[in-house]
Amino acid sequence: MVKLVPLITYEDLSEIILLVKNVYDMDLSGYSKASLKRRVIRFMELEKLDLLGLKTALINTKGFYSHFIMELTVNVTEMFRDPQYYQLLNTEVMPYLASFPRLRLWSAGCSTGEEVYSLSIILQEHGLYQRSFIYGTDINARVLDTAKKGIYSLAKVKEYSDNYLKSGCKNSLSDYYTAMYEAACMPNELKEKILFSTHNLVSDGVFNEFQFISCRNVLIYFEIDLQKKVFELFDKSLALFGFLCLGSKESMIHSGLLHKYKVIDKKYNIYQKIAL
Amino acid sequence: MKKPEILCIGGSAGSYHLILDLLATIPTQFQIPLVVIIHRNERYDSKIEENLDKRIALRVKVAEDKEAIQAGTIYFAPAGYHLLIEPDFTFSLDISAPLNFCRPAIDVTFETAAEAYQDLCCGILLSGANQDGAKGLMRIHEFGGNCLVQDPVEAEISTMPQAALTLWPAHPIYTYNELKKIIIQMTYSN
Repeated sequence: MVKLVPLITYEDLSEIILLVKNVYDMDLSGYSKASLKRRVIRFMELEKLDLLGLKTALINTKGFYSHFIMELTVNVTEMFRDPQYYQLLNTEVMPYLASFPRLRLWSAGCSTGEEVYSLSIILQEHGLYQRSFIYGTDINARVLDTAKKGIYSLAKVKEYSDNYLKSGCKNSLSDYYTAMYEAACMPNELKEKILFSTHNLVSDGVFNEFQFISCRNVLIYFEIDLQKKVFELFDKSLALFGFLCLGSKESMIHSGLLHKYKVIDKKYNIYQKIAL
Repeated sequence: MKKPEILCIGGSAGSYHLILDLLATIPTQFQIPLVVIIHRNERYDSKIEENLDKRIALRVKVAEDKEAIQAGTIYFAPAGYHLLIEPDFTFSLDISAPLNFCRPAIDVTFETAAEAYQDLCCGILLSGANQDGAKGLMRIHEFGGNCLVQDPVEAEISTMPQAALTLWPAHPIYTYNELKKIIIQMTYSN
């Protein structure tokens, strides 16, 4: 019979989760199993390792564990991904945020930073940038290095221009970046109010109070119990009348917190905290 | 053929109208959860699930993250996301890189369904213009489930069913009308 991949079972996956927990105190037990297993298998194929080889390397090869964790996270993002979501930020969220004297925004699970720069641009267009500060966090330090540089392939940024135009923003995306060779560089003006830092949603706690938190396409990788825990972290981090924005397939249904949140948009999952 | 506990249908170019026709003819008593994975552009909002839900008696919806899989429901994989089936028989979504240039990829749903439902998973692969679904169908076969392939001769675009047969020539092949009959019979078998 044709064997396609070095298949590992869910039991094998549990052993890997336990090993990583015991040796490195990294808790992957709340991750959605099917998705996590797929990424572990992909990693094993890439590294040409079987289960024993993977475990051996995780325990004994210096630096291998952090490489493993970096490769396990999903780092797919775009500028102005879901233009209608950004349109709603323009019409429903930004005008409200304008009423706060100071703005702190948190993009949790920001990957290579495209969404953080998108927020930076929107804040500029609403004249809010100078009183804002944006934190971009991710579990993966390697993607944050890319985020800090703010240099993206020009071909991709041209695709993002299309998103930008559809999101009802005022200018052209090319007004914001400098094109050099095949790259588009985010200018320093867009970077000065941004701080990129590692943060693990599973194990790290509240680090500031925010008027806006976005966490898009991250919670889908977590099981319901872990989702709940992360929602509690967001709730504790969010100021009264602050906004929480999720991915277009993520909702607060399982959060147990909907009695405190007003649904601003059901399709794009934008919520406002209206009670403490 | 053992009555499956889940039926997964994958299709692409040349199979949309077949899937619509099939769903319109499935009896109301059909109690096997049915998961449809078709390739479509995420940049355009399609109302295919809403429209079908109004037209047919069975419940039709987009599969949601962490939703428990229920009998008597037809689920569509959302555009732009991979649809996975967890070992506890819930869905989860994943936005990792496209596979075979596709997201949703038929392979991803088929492979995870196979492992969750083992020999009680049935996979059907219809017309399409790429190789997606072949490996997933193989995985269903490895776990002892049933695999049915649309006859490449009949398929509007044969690439997809042909890829499955290249990987495993012994997959049974059927015409669309035969496939429809088999599915309708599942309603009444034990």
